[in-house]
Amino acid sequence: MNVPIDDNLITYLEDLSYLTFSDDEKNRLKAELKDILGCMARLGELNVENVPERSHPFDNVNAFREDDALPSFDRGLILQNAPECDGEAFIAPSAVAG
Amino acid sequence: MMTHDLSALELSRAICAGKLSVLEAVSAAIRLARQNEHNAFLSVAEESSVRRAKKVQEQINAGEIHSPLAGVPIALKDNISAAGTKTTCASKMLGGYTPVYNATVVDKLERAGMIVIGKLNMDEFAMGGSGETSAFGTVLNPWDKSRVAGGSSAGSAAAAASGEVPLALGSDTGGSIRQPCSFCGATGIKPTYGAVSRYGLIAYASSLDQIGPIAMNINDSAALLSVISGPDGKDSTCIIDKAFDFPGGEENQSPGVKIGLPRNYFGDGIDEDVKIAVLAAAKEFEAAGAVVEEFDMPLTDYMIPAYYIIACAEASSNLSRYDGLKYGYRKDGANTLVDVYRHSRSEGFGIEVKRRIMLGSFVLSSGYYDAYYKKALQTRALIKDAYSKLFERFDMILSPVAPTTAYKIGENIDDPVKMYMGDIFTVSVNLAGLPAVSLPCGFDKEGLPVGFQLIGDFFAEEKLIRAAQVYQNLTDHHTKRPGGRC
Repeated sequence: MNVPIDDNLITYLEDLSYLTFSDDEKNRLKAELKDILGCMARLGELNVENVPERSHPFDNVNAFREDDALPSFDRGLILQNAPECDGEAFIAPSAVAG
Repeated sequence: MMTHDLSALELSRAICAGKLSVLEAVSAAIRLARQNEHNAFLSVAEESSVRRAKKVQEQINAGEIHSPLAGVPIALKDNISAAGTKTTCASKMLGGYTPVYNATVVDKLERAGMIVIGKLNMDEFAMGGSGETSAFGTVLNPWDKSRVAGGSSAGSAAAAASGEVPLALGSDTGGSIRQPCSFCGATGIKPTYGAVSRYGLIAYASSLDQIGPIAMNINDSAALLSVISGPDGKDSTCIIDKAFDFPGGEENQSPGVKIGLPRNYFGDGIDEDVKIAVLAAAKEFEAAGAVVEEFDMPLTDYMIPAYYIIACAEASSNLSRYDGLKYGYRKDGANTLVDVYRHSRSEGFGIEVKRRIMLGSFVLSSGYYDAYYKKALQTRALIKDAYSKLFERFDMILSPVAPTTAYKIGENIDDPVKMYMGDIFTVSVNLAGLPAVSLPCGFDKEGLPVGFQLIGDFFAEEKLIRAAQVYQNLTDHHTKRPGGRC
């Protein structure tokens, strides 16, 4: 598959990944992605018609544990790792500008 | 008594026989960890270790602990959560993160009377094969400090191989236990996927990650695997029925097994010294009564692409949790929610992690999903089926762990494709979910360790460990220590 690795693609991937790169980093990434995707393109040679996708080493469907109520973590303990909190909840900037 | 020259099982026996106290064993390990000669340790839990050593001693004296590893100090790769102990994944992102719960394996270590003395350096978020992507400095190879220790469990292998700690836990997503063991001359086990709980292991690629032991020899590794394996209600993918129970004793029987040797692993691209040492290991098995038969490993050209597509896709999803809000690094001064996400992640992650997130986002994105991610999953199915067929012919497969021995620090770090190709012999094991052991089998002309791996069918750990015990009883490569000690 011929993938155009240009500024538009890098910007698109930055948005998907919630990352921001400098111009120098973007140029480096473009070259690296070209090499890496070139290596991955080998998969195109392989005939996988009718081969099922395998996302996991084994098939393990609906592995339930007993439906017992167990104690939760203490909220204060969890919030100790928060960059900003008010003692009850995480603090985040508004999701809506303005 | 020089505790760092004793194996873990010998150390525990000495403690239980009253020749050595738990506190003496722990203090000796802490002293070496504090010296941190190879930058293997990221933190040392001195106060809690000393406190726990005293408690474990009381339990041993009262006959309350019967584990063959009672009283033994251990260190953890820094992606394994230990309550109240900083767990950074060697990343600025988690530089100030302290878990509030133990990984299941940590609970199991404590029940076995072991003492966690510290956390070990690694490639950032386990992404790397050299220990160079750590945000806290490169791990140095104990055999030559100008060289890498391998990765991603770099600190685990370097600390175990140098005798800084008798046992370590690592994790293996694409070779991250086996390859640093090979580079450092340690012995490690990558268990079957589902043999050891991943609860509390900070995720890289969840369908590939598995925690495993690293030690100086196979008996210590097997004893540690017995401790950490077993079902866990907190991890639905941990499908093992009951914990392994490997005896810590010596095995002298002939392996009597049929071993497959992938001849196409010994062609172009493999160092001559690695080839010679690994083929000599195959000869040792033949001399011990095993039948060794060559075959061509199928699909080798597709293993690296399939692995990196799947691993990066899973990484991009798993690492989306680092948002600068709940825990982890947060960029000051970001005004909007999206700015917090973007600036915190851009400054908190290192370049290799960001590269893999970008790659994962790409292969999962609209327009490229079918050609990359879906195809990689189909290739994974083919690789798994190929192994199933091979295990109808062979009890196990013997192969090199890596095409080279430890290379110079900085030699490959700017060439991601070259770094990824170094995983050529290990990644298919993770894609198929199989167990493998990594054992030292000699040295190259520079005096650097060479390793080989034995790969088995699902839950064939016992078979692999018995074969490894036979090999280590016949050879002394695993007894060689950096600096000329035996």
